[in-house]
Amino acid sequence: MWAVLRNPKAWLALLCLLPLLRLIVLGATDGLGANPIEFITRSTGTWTLTGLLLTLSVTPLRRLSGRADLLRYRRMLGLFSFFYAGLHFVTYVWLDQFFDPAAIAKDIVKRPFITVGFTAFVLLIPLAATSTHAMMRRLGRRWQQLHRLVYLIALLGVTHYLWLVKKDLTVPLIYGGVLALLLATRLPWGVNALKAARTVRAGLIPRE
Amino acid sequence: MLIRQNDDILPSEITPPEIYRERRRFMQGMGALAAGAALGGTPDAQAGARLAGVRASAYRLDEEKTPYKDVTRYNNFYEFGTGKSDPAENAASLKTRPWTVTVEGEVGKPGVYDIDTLLKLAPLEERVYRMRCVEGWSMVIPWVGFPLRELVRRAAPTGNARYVEFVTLHDAKQMPGQRARVLDWPYVEGLRMDEAMHPLTLLAVGLYGEVLPNQNGAPIRLVVPWKYGFKSAKSIVKIRFVEKQPLTAWMKAAPQEYGFYSNVNPQVDHPRWSQAKERRIGEFFKRDTLMFNGYVAQVAQLYSGMDLQKFF
Repeated sequence: MWAVLRNPKAWLALLCLLPLLRLIVLGATDGLGANPIEFITRSTGTWTLTGLLLTLSVTPLRRLSGRADLLRYRRMLGLFSFFYAGLHFVTYVWLDQFFDPAAIAKDIVKRPFITVGFTAFVLLIPLAATSTHAMMRRLGRRWQQLHRLVYLIALLGVTHYLWLVKKDLTVPLIYGGVLALLLATRLPWGVNALKAARTVRAGLIPRE
Repeated sequence: MLIRQNDDILPSEITPPEIYRERRRFMQGMGALAAGAALGGTPDAQAGARLAGVRASAYRLDEEKTPYKDVTRYNNFYEFGTGKSDPAENAASLKTRPWTVTVEGEVGKPGVYDIDTLLKLAPLEERVYRMRCVEGWSMVIPWVGFPLRELVRRAAPTGNARYVEFVTLHDAKQMPGQRARVLDWPYVEGLRMDEAMHPLTLLAVGLYGEVLPNQNGAPIRLVVPWKYGFKSAKSIVKIRFVEKQPLTAWMKAAPQEYGFYSNVNPQVDHPRWSQAKERRIGEFFKRDTLMFNGYVAQVAQLYSGMDLQKFF
């Protein structure tokens, strides 16, 4: 039982549940404001994006720190992004559109921001479905090819946010900026920059 | 386990919410009054103070009013930030006294009106109107004010006055949201002359029988209930009568999304989202958006023969 507390993964899972817990507490204490459905939609949406950015930051952080074990947390972060994306989608279908298939279909086709958001969500499904060790082994090299979709998904997610905002683009642009930075670390010069930073760091901080 | 019933509070001793809220508001009003007096300001300028001599009007609705809390804490007023709780949080820096409204342009009697003169210009009446935001949510709000036509008549517009332009205060010290260039400040809105003269068009100075809170456009704002909310300019400092159609703040910001008329119309979608339905604040299910926000009988004739897809 107490072994759970010594497992960093358990702590991370708990941390990832906090945004949901917050919504539940706010909902129970009349804290969601005048437009609770908008609040929940926004919150689950921004946490999906945050989750995706955190997932994408694992590889650069690993390169920067040289700690290969960070990879162990990537799957959980990715799955929690999918979890919040699912909540976001359910909020839209259930609370916003109230299961009106005609209205939803029209929205997906006619509203570009919904089109890209829906596409991003659909693309996340195969990634979540192939996240197990067994699937990784079965797919081999193709697993990595498939999971590169996450770059496109994150871009679609940020576009979805940019296109729905009425005028003030500040917050979606912050997400976009962080994403651009994380994608840049995957380019050859980005990888080199991380390596260089790591060498400097290794030189400055003697290893015990 | 024994749960003891606690019977020492009689139901008759419990204050009904309407009464204790009223008391609280009264106390807040008194507090504001005291603070105002201490600062040497006009005490009745404080938001929350009861407005005297407000008449009931024929303009009421058989729909539940949106609670005061939601009307005053969930709204758009970009001069105080783009989030919907920003106005309530940041509007304390707005000073509504002294305040003047300049009436100018194509008029026989231009002038600078002091806000306290405006408050006595015409009898104040309460009007319960629907408010539909272009974003897809709506409220039912009991405003206090007088018809804009009362002021228009006094200004004696010339034959050249075909439109009326409304300008909001531009002062980033009082309106911190103006430090960000989300819109080209000052906020400008406009109406066609017949829209301005329409009996529904209101200059509002109060809400729920009380002085308008800063975040809702104090000390004086426009209310045009058949148009999307952003047409109703807040914290007005200038009313200008002009010959040419004014270029409004939102037309400048996104001309393909916001037209001059901006009448509530479920058949004309915003380019990025549908306008067919709306979420009434406080309700779970969305409701159908009504043509001209439910004021067809009163305003449809203003637009007869106009292509509303083109003049959105």
